[in-house]
Amino acid sequence: MTELTGKTDLWERLGFDQEFGFSEIHKILILLALLALLAITVGVAITFGAYNISVFDVYGIVMAHVSPFGDLSGITRLHNTIVWELRIPRVLLAVLVGTALATAGAVFQGCFRNPLVEPFILGVSSGAAFGAALGIVFVDLFLSIQFSAFLFGSLAVAMAYFLAHVRNETPIVTLILSGVVIGSIFEAMVSILKYTASDAALREIVFWLMGGFYYATWNDVYLLVPIIAPSFLIMWALGWKLNILSMGDEEARALGVNPEKYKLVLIVLATLITSLAVSTVGIIAWVGLMMPHATRMILGPDHRYVIPAAAMLGGSYLLVCDTLARTLTSAEIPVGIITSILGAPYLFYLLRTRGSAILG
Amino acid sequence: MTPMLAVRDLHFNYGRTPILGGVSFEVEEGELCGLFGPNGCGKTTLFKCCLNFLKFHKGTVTMDGKDIKDLGVESMAKIVAYVPQEHKPPFPYLTREVVLMGRTPRLKGIFKISKADKEKASDALDLLGLTEIADRPYNQLSGGQRQMVLMARAIAQETPLMFLDEPTSALDFSNQIRIWRIMQMVAKRGVTILACSHDPNHVSWFCDKVVVMKDNCILKEGSPHNVITEAVLNDIYRDVCAVRNIGEARMVLPRDVALKNDAWPEKQLGTERTLVD
Repeated sequence: MTELTGKTDLWERLGFDQEFGFSEIHKILILLALLALLAITVGVAITFGAYNISVFDVYGIVMAHVSPFGDLSGITRLHNTIVWELRIPRVLLAVLVGTALATAGAVFQGCFRNPLVEPFILGVSSGAAFGAALGIVFVDLFLSIQFSAFLFGSLAVAMAYFLAHVRNETPIVTLILSGVVIGSIFEAMVSILKYTASDAALREIVFWLMGGFYYATWNDVYLLVPIIAPSFLIMWALGWKLNILSMGDEEARALGVNPEKYKLVLIVLATLITSLAVSTVGIIAWVGLMMPHATRMILGPDHRYVIPAAAMLGGSYLLVCDTLARTLTSAEIPVGIITSILGAPYLFYLLRTRGSAILG
Repeated sequence: MTPMLAVRDLHFNYGRTPILGGVSFEVEEGELCGLFGPNGCGKTTLFKCCLNFLKFHKGTVTMDGKDIKDLGVESMAKIVAYVPQEHKPPFPYLTREVVLMGRTPRLKGIFKISKADKEKASDALDLLGLTEIADRPYNQLSGGQRQMVLMARAIAQETPLMFLDEPTSALDFSNQIRIWRIMQMVAKRGVTILACSHDPNHVSWFCDKVVVMKDNCILKEGSPHNVITEAVLNDIYRDVCAVRNIGEARMVLPRDVALKNDAWPEKQLGTERTLVD
């Protein structure tokens, strides 16, 4: 009994008390459960692969690299390369990209006060595709494909936003329309580049557009972590402010949250990580739209919880999809196909069964 | 004593169309002030200018002795709370979460919301009798309930000044009276309230002061007794209204109803009638 009360005290001191009906313990527990789910998914995913390596060997290799007393002597070079140089960066990259897209989706939906906005609807993907294609075709002009993809992805969102911004307001319908307009302009420009590109460049562009984790390396992980992790933390920290922002600009102002300032920060960060994710692995649909929805069904709409939960769920989901993509058949299936095949019916189901609870 | 809210010579144009042409009025601390006027007279714009949602071109607004042009969004939210007309947010926040949002300007820390803040939100819910619907999604409530929730949120915000945009527009009769009683009670605690309303009876029964707007300007301001008169109402509504006194209470009636009533013999009516000029 004393132990139990002691625990309650601890929760209360942490501020997660049940008092006044604001129960937060179960939400925290769900967050922890999602973290466990993500960890288990990662743990299982690294044991799957086209090349059959025993579970013990896989974890032997991981331990050898992670622990200071690691010993690679008993492991073949081939196994080591497959697990440590191919599988693990790929698994981590899938988690990172899933996290980034889901977080960005939650933030975009909150900022634009529309649960059907996804990171790509404002043209990030088309912009990034154009940037990447430019980087591929004009190698000398653009130092890095990622950088130019990011640049044009952000540019597309900025253009869509300012196109829709009339008299200090950004009506949702106008915003979505301008996203479609900007997106189609960039798509047309991608087509021009494809049309004029050399065969080798064309091949590269097509591969890039299909999206996938085929070329995942540790370098990608090293590039993404230092940007996605702090961006995620900042957006999470702004979770409560995002709740306020989702009530509308005037109310946000009346409640002491400057909508221009905080929306700018949030949209810039969400665009940053979306562009980065897209520029690294190409266009992967549905994660950014679906994960925030699924999260709201589990945890309610409070963005302090939606953001981390969507991130973890997004990481797990994309990892499951990518693991299926690389193991279902002997040839690899582009991961975007799997996320869509699993995702689209799920959203349809949500709309038919719980549409009113989610969409109000 | 400096007034809690002082608006001086406020001008605002949308493009070239003037919306406010030199509006000036004052509200003392603890006063419940009604803002009354026909549709399109500039009430909403006046609200938005006072709340810093719109940048006005000329004039000053001071709240609690401070010029609002010098106040940032956060410090503004500690002085004035705003109750908008009810609307549906896109996400199904629980009613208690919406009320808790009122604590935002006073929240400290990043993730944690203190027990004291939750208690304040809970008290505000109690005050408006909303405890039973506290765990229902806000966007599934009826319009009237949502309006009460927004009122609770403003109370939880604990500001010395409160602006309400037609707080009773979506409410049934008993809830309308209830909201006015709550506003009176809040005003008694020392909070200054500016509420715009389209019901001349409400402002004349419940307000300490009434400001009447017409054609982008203040037509008249003062006590309800001096302001809600047939002359003023006829000026803004073009001969639609008549004002009668039933004992102590003043009643604004549609003119034809009032005339029909006047034609009745005195004793059948059983009440004293006096024509008010």
